[in-house]
Amino acid sequence: MSRVIELAQLMQGNEAAAEGALAAGVRFFAGYPITPSTEVAEIMAERLPRLGGKFIQMEDEIASMAAIIGASLVGVKSITATSGPGFSLMQENIGFAAMAEVPCVIVNVQRSGPSTGMPTAPAQGDIMQARWGTHGDYPIIALCPSSVREAYDLALRAVNLAEKYRVPVVLLMDEVVGHLRERVVLPPLDELEIVNRREPIETPANYKAYRADETGVPPMANFGIGYRYHVTGLAHDEKGAPTNDPATAEGLLLRLHDKLQRNLDDIIIENSRSLDDAEVVVLAYGATARSARHAVKKARQENIKAGLYQPLSLWPFPAASVDRLAEQAHTIVVPEMNLGQYRIEVERTVRGRAEVVGVNRANGELLSPDEIMQAILEVVNK
Amino acid sequence: MGDQKELRFSGTGGQGLILAGIIMADAAIRDGRNSIQYQSYGPEARGGASRAEVIIGDEEIDYPKVSNPDVLLVMSQEACDKFACDLAKGGVIIVDSTYVQKLPELNGRVYKLPISQTARDEVGREMVANVVALGAVVRITGVVSKDVLLEALLARIPKGTEDMNCKALKLGWELAEP
Repeated sequence: MSRVIELAQLMQGNEAAAEGALAAGVRFFAGYPITPSTEVAEIMAERLPRLGGKFIQMEDEIASMAAIIGASLVGVKSITATSGPGFSLMQENIGFAAMAEVPCVIVNVQRSGPSTGMPTAPAQGDIMQARWGTHGDYPIIALCPSSVREAYDLALRAVNLAEKYRVPVVLLMDEVVGHLRERVVLPPLDELEIVNRREPIETPANYKAYRADETGVPPMANFGIGYRYHVTGLAHDEKGAPTNDPATAEGLLLRLHDKLQRNLDDIIIENSRSLDDAEVVVLAYGATARSARHAVKKARQENIKAGLYQPLSLWPFPAASVDRLAEQAHTIVVPEMNLGQYRIEVERTVRGRAEVVGVNRANGELLSPDEIMQAILEVVNK
Repeated sequence: MGDQKELRFSGTGGQGLILAGIIMADAAIRDGRNSIQYQSYGPEARGGASRAEVIIGDEEIDYPKVSNPDVLLVMSQEACDKFACDLAKGGVIIVDSTYVQKLPELNGRVYKLPISQTARDEVGREMVANVVALGAVVRITGVVSKDVLLEALLARIPKGTEDMNCKALKLGWELAEP
């Protein structure tokens, strides 16, 4: 047997997300189990104690989110996992993490909603909630895998980005990717790039917790090693002290955005297939990207110039890439397991330069390649 | 695309069909092939209709759902009524005759085998009917080799149940003797 076959294994998406987070150095999980994310918690409960980490099942998702923020503040890479109803409960504290710049990762394995919806059925209904779920003009990163390997890679990347930019990162999965088992070959652990938060070089007496240098990201002192500072959801100055001063409050908010905006090249990640000469582009993410990839292959067999663009990071929005697609393609097809949440954002960027067509389903079923192919044919035969 | 083989194992929640699907997908990987396993299920745990789907191929597998299985295992009358008509043209349907009495006209190869009965009478545990079924499915279809099936089985069952499961696999293999 070749080395590749020996290392190949059957793994589930939720399992891969948990393993990717552990490989990134996560040693704390707090959560409240919910279908279809429960396997993440199960695996963390099994694995963390053996790695010297901590697993805690909280009383609800509000407390779970609070617990990972607390653990992160003392220097432990932290994660939680949930689905729609739990994600709703976490929103207030996600805003706190964004405002207080506490690195943390929230896995949301999307299921059919609104409310409790259909717990075992897939959906992509939380796209806008991941961006705008909590109040205020906050920045956030959301990553979205379409395969088991991507679940591993993006979980690792989510932790790295959270640490590097001191921002909450949402790993936005869906039930299909979460429960799918497929063949994966994982990268060797010693080849992984692991990012740790930058620590201050100043003495505790000279440390200002929210004073950023040229990177826009303040070095972070972990609690318990002598640095004392104030952490608050209120608008605050460089020392972390609450303020109502308009200039200070605005400066803080602009910096929170700026630290991501000036690093979009480092944050945004995408895949493509047959895109070079594509006149019809299918823009798809998550499990839907698998069906879209199949439809693009079929279209190519019929000599239709179709291509796939798959954003792996949904937020910040990949505006520069979509801008290029708008110049290149006559039509952009956006299939989603929702009523068109990401399509709105695509249309906003395309501004009429190409036609934007949605293929939408919100009935708990994965869109099929045939449905996407049908949309491609309608565009081509028009 | 290409030469993908699509399998669906269907029956009742509690018959171990999802585990059978996992073992099959695992075996295919041990055979050096690509595979994927997915299932649709409702909120019910035991007693409701259950199915597991496996796709085996050599290329990238895109869409994880099976619409017209090349290999269909049915282990309850309800599953038979619901899924028999999905069988791909010229496909193989393996029916647990312990629970399935009525079978529609089908364009495929039909095997009626007393799978659950065999598990109950010869192993003393109906719980291993899924493994009996795996033995039969693999002998009839040759979709993976016997060696890797055994390897995958041993890797996925609880410690202490090896003898019982190996016996079940062997019984399934013999049940499908041409």
